[in-house]
Amino acid sequence: MSAAPATSEGAVSVELIGLSLQAASGKLAAGEVSSRQLTEACLARIDATEERVGAFLAVTGERALAAAARADARRAAGASLGPLDGIPVAVKDLFMTRGVATTAGSRILEGFIPPYDATAVARLQAAGAVLLGKLNLDEFAMGSSNEHSAYKPCRNPWDLTRTPGGSSGGSAAALAARQCFGTLGTDTGGSIRLPASFCGVVGLKPTWGRVSRYGVVAFASSLDQPGPLGRTVWDAAAMLGVIAGPDPRDPTCAARPAGDYLSALEGGARGLRVGVPSEWFGGGLTPGVEALVREALATYQRLGATLVEISLPHTKYGIGAYYLIATAEASANLARYDGVRFGFRAPGVSGLKELYAESRALGFGAEPKRRIMLGTFALSAGYQDAYYLRAQKVRTLIRRDFDAAFTRCDVVAGPVAPGTAFRLGEKTGDPLQMYLADIFTITCNLAALPGLSVPCGLAAGLPVGLQLVGRPFDEATLLRAARALERELGPAPAPTALEATA
Amino acid sequence: MSLTIDQVRRVAALARLKLSVEEEQLFAGQLSAILDQVRELEALDLSGVPPMTHALAEGEAVALRPDAPVPGLSTEEALGNAPSRQGSCFKVPRIIE
Repeated sequence: MSAAPATSEGAVSVELIGLSLQAASGKLAAGEVSSRQLTEACLARIDATEERVGAFLAVTGERALAAAARADARRAAGASLGPLDGIPVAVKDLFMTRGVATTAGSRILEGFIPPYDATAVARLQAAGAVLLGKLNLDEFAMGSSNEHSAYKPCRNPWDLTRTPGGSSGGSAAALAARQCFGTLGTDTGGSIRLPASFCGVVGLKPTWGRVSRYGVVAFASSLDQPGPLGRTVWDAAAMLGVIAGPDPRDPTCAARPAGDYLSALEGGARGLRVGVPSEWFGGGLTPGVEALVREALATYQRLGATLVEISLPHTKYGIGAYYLIATAEASANLARYDGVRFGFRAPGVSGLKELYAESRALGFGAEPKRRIMLGTFALSAGYQDAYYLRAQKVRTLIRRDFDAAFTRCDVVAGPVAPGTAFRLGEKTGDPLQMYLADIFTITCNLAALPGLSVPCGLAAGLPVGLQLVGRPFDEATLLRAARALERELGPAPAPTALEATA
Repeated sequence: MSLTIDQVRRVAALARLKLSVEEEQLFAGQLSAILDQVRELEALDLSGVPPMTHALAEGEAVALRPDAPVPGLSTEEALGNAPSRQGSCFKVPRIIE
């Protein structure tokens, strides 16, 4: 991209990038700032920090400035589209963007130019949001650290030697680095909540079927769910209101209309029954994380909520069930990458079978190959009942655990991850260790429930997220509960690692 | 359970994935370790438990579009990302020997 034009007042630009989406939206509405100024400020910030962060796989500066000009023109004409009109955002590079390369973080889609937009992207743009570019991720959203990106690692703005978490690493890191005001990610086993926790932002995985998956590169179809990330709860809630709701292009998307996620946001925690599962506080949880999560629970109590001890007895079977179901579905979904109609084709092969096998060998990285292999095995003749069918039955038990819990509580609360952001390279040698980072987030996907991560403090200088899981389609209660905590603790402060060496 | 190199090769053939000798060795070890973790599931009594075959809650309605034709991608759009094409077709190596 070309350098963003210098704004007339550099200091103004620095102030702008630190605003929440809500505050930026307020300034736009009050005429104190233009979309062009916000967009230029973000592009300048990306220019200044991106080499160290690596949150973006593509920056679409010129398109963004053109979209910002249109937003400013609408506002000048009294035809603003609402709170997102003119707000610079970015989306995980798993979402189709018409005319803008979409890679899924994989070499096999290098240079792929989608002929259509994902529904979530189309809805953000229809609400006037300005798309700054495409965000880094683990290849095909497979990973917990963003280290499986085929293009480059993404780094945590709190400590550049650490990962931002994954797979939506760029979506969380870009917000923490103040490069944009809101992002979209996807969550199959924790891929929104884990990076949100590691980077100190709010990340919401909606109920399965709440947000259309049309135009989102498929990993595990019965688990994948797109969702918003923001620096505040309001920011995430505003984006959810725009992207949620039925979509004729996704027949698995629920028919119920999007909720009103903003009007009840300040309802507080009084009377809320917060379920605390003993299984989420077992071995493996680091003391620093546990202390902050318990403080957050105490805060809820102080705000008038009731803590209820609950049990989710099948939690420990989540990882096993997940890695059979997710890989089985991935092996089917990734069969389409065959070098025939789009994507990478191996050169110089003579037969069709060789074309498939060679194109896939050269196009996929190690993690997709590993998961295709495991999923193909789990579905192969003689093993399907022992592995895949068994995992689906365990999934029923995990769902029943939550159903029983929700007869006694309104939300389930606990840690997002056992620890804070780990170092680059720390877990790449042992896939199983990497998978265990998702131990607390994975059951929410298996049960198809909404879950979010909201900042609850810093442990040794690194952010920690509190996880809240809710009833199906009850995102409104989750967001209200998260906002109650945020009102007490404040959003996470801006990280200083990027400023120290600037 | 531990996977043999022969099993790894058979699965790779099913998956239309050409693996190097190093990858065969690596995946045999790693997949065996993951399958050992998965063995935990065998401890559960699952008799009478139905499999969860859909992620949408029971009774949750989906919105199907009206059964009316709408324009799709044009031929040029559909072929826009083709690695190789001839006329309005995707071109592939010879299929029948």
